[in-house]
Amino acid sequence: MTSEPATRAPQKREYAGTDTSRRPVWQRALRWETGLVVVLVATLIFGTARSSDFLNSTTGFYIGLNMGEIAIMALPLMLIVITGEIDLSVASMLGLSGCVMGQLHSQGWPIGLAMVAALVVGALGGALNGVLVARLGLPSIAVTIGTLTLFRGLAEIVLGARTITDFPAWMTSIGVVPVPGTQLSYSTVIFLVLAVIFGVVLHATRAGRAIVATGLAPEAARFAGIRVNRVKFGLFVLSGVMCALAGILFTLKNASVSYDAGTGLELNVVAIVLFGGVSIFGGRGTVIGVVLSVVIFGTLQQVLTQMQVQPEVQNIIIGGLLLVSVVLPGGGEAVRRLRARLRTGPHLARAPGTRRLAPPSSSDSSMQSEEKK
Amino acid sequence: MTTATSVLGTRFARGGALLRAREVGIGVVLLLVFGITTLHNHNFATANSVQQLLSGAALIAMLGVGETLVIVTRNVDLSVGSIVGLSAYVVGDLFKDHPGMPVILGFVAGIGIGAVIGAINGFVTAALRVPSLVVTLAMLYIIRGIDGLIVNGVIITSSNIPNAFIAIGFRTIAGIPWLAIIAFAVVVIVAYAMRSFRSGRDLYAIGSNPEAAALAGVPVARRIFTAFVISGSLAGLAGALFLALHAEVDVTGGTGYELLVVAAVVVGGVAIFGGSGTVAGAALGALLLNTINQALVASRVSAFWNEAIAGALLLLAIAFDRWLSLRVARGLRSAEGAHRDL
Repeated sequence: MTSEPATRAPQKREYAGTDTSRRPVWQRALRWETGLVVVLVATLIFGTARSSDFLNSTTGFYIGLNMGEIAIMALPLMLIVITGEIDLSVASMLGLSGCVMGQLHSQGWPIGLAMVAALVVGALGGALNGVLVARLGLPSIAVTIGTLTLFRGLAEIVLGARTITDFPAWMTSIGVVPVPGTQLSYSTVIFLVLAVIFGVVLHATRAGRAIVATGLAPEAARFAGIRVNRVKFGLFVLSGVMCALAGILFTLKNASVSYDAGTGLELNVVAIVLFGGVSIFGGRGTVIGVVLSVVIFGTLQQVLTQMQVQPEVQNIIIGGLLLVSVVLPGGGEAVRRLRARLRTGPHLARAPGTRRLAPPSSSDSSMQSEEKK
Repeated sequence: MTTATSVLGTRFARGGALLRAREVGIGVVLLLVFGITTLHNHNFATANSVQQLLSGAALIAMLGVGETLVIVTRNVDLSVGSIVGLSAYVVGDLFKDHPGMPVILGFVAGIGIGAVIGAINGFVTAALRVPSLVVTLAMLYIIRGIDGLIVNGVIITSSNIPNAFIAIGFRTIAGIPWLAIIAFAVVVIVAYAMRSFRSGRDLYAIGSNPEAAALAGVPVARRIFTAFVISGSLAGLAGALFLALHAEVDVTGGTGYELLVVAAVVVGGVAIFGGSGTVAGAALGALLLNTINQALVASRVSAFWNEAIAGALLLLAIAFDRWLSLRVARGLRSAEGAHRDL
């Protein structure tokens, strides 16, 4: 934990994505989000070519209805991934909060109170993840696989084999009718409002910068006065609450809930976040990318369903897109390395760490003293 | 100087003993669970019940061995569940179309399928330097999709599979199920390789510090590639055995195994960020999780509690592992301190 402050000579280092303003326009346009827009337009053209009335408000409504809960869970997960952690318990939390709401309602609680209780359960579950990851320093992938099983198990204890269906009709209709005056489902509107809030917070506030800094260089962030562990803890709690919200909407949409609600959705949510250009190593990601990713997945699903493509092929396409989303940037890097190797001969280019040998500093301290020109 | 070295030596030996104690610890917990359950329900200790325990754990244990190789290098393989499903169905399909096919060819086909997918995982991860979590998550979807296309609603049933093949799923030698023997053989072979082969030690070096390993001349990319191929092959083998055990398979075969396997590996003391852990520990972890599940059933605990208890135990295991590694690290640090004082 010893820091070597100003004594070290400033070291020039390029960080991908830290300063793009000096690059030529065409390179600045070559962002992941631009690619997503192209994919989205291609999907829309494809869908319209297949059936001319594809682009109407009904399609939009159904896409929103299908994707709403997943999209709401994707927003906090994006922030967690940006800090370099992951939350695989999201779908189990969706199920657990839905079950809590259903059980309390069937025991005569007013529906509003049952919803609040579900949100509290979400916050508590998120706090458990947060304590284990941020306070005890346990690896989040292992912890959240554990809580994935735990939350699903708790849902099983709460509801057992029962399915709760006796929700008031005026509530369940919220799940399937558009918001008055629009053609969007309630979950879509909630997602859009949340996306704007998340976007502003992530890209335009101190808290957002703290999240990105935490992911880019945790040590440097700590030296800069960011309470890294508190940031992570807060995000896990936020994720729990958002998943509970998604669980409430999911329950209202289906007008029923059983313990296995939403099983396996966690992988879809992770896939959407990663396809949205959020780096699994943390420190990089935009809200607009995740929103585009949600729209692409939803549209593609709708197109393929209308074409009566089997769900198996849809799986292959989802997996293929995900693979492409990491191979494309990684492939470019591999080509660059290959060219570097051809230029400098195999020996120099082989050891990836040679560059770091010169001053024995950690990457964090060198980044602090980095001088931008 | 010699004293310092010997202090360091004993500290390392103590660290080693602690790590070894990890497997002993799992064994003790295993016996405790088994003993307490038997007190509640005497049928739990019958040969039949124990055979079921071993057979049930064998598949996950085998997958855990492959997963350990991958996780030790700081990677993860989430595609194993889908590989099990695809391999099981394709092997079944082969038997259905070629009823006279020798049993051994079924295994060869299963392992081959797994090896090819493992090679794809390994190539994309190692050569393109892409995070394995994303790659294998994508492959999980792709393979499950391909599986669905091949299955196309047709379920393989026991009438499609030769009896000699199904026999492997339930026959025993001296009371020990075939499946457990195969899994045990896999564990012993891989454990020996990981302990004594240079390539095995390289995997630990890569997981401890990839850059240092590369500078020390370890062929990092090739080793990671090999780890994925072995993990895929074992998943393919597990797929063939899945078919033998269940004697039928549809599109859902092996669904969700990936998280079970990671859970078993973590309970078995393999550090999720690489560099430490043994395949024997992973196999014991699989056996422990399966025993706990069966014990809950045998103790007539409501089945609804199973999953929650399994999840809580997993969290405990992770926390315990962290506590243990912190203790080992503190021990090593104080040894270094003693060295400086001299």
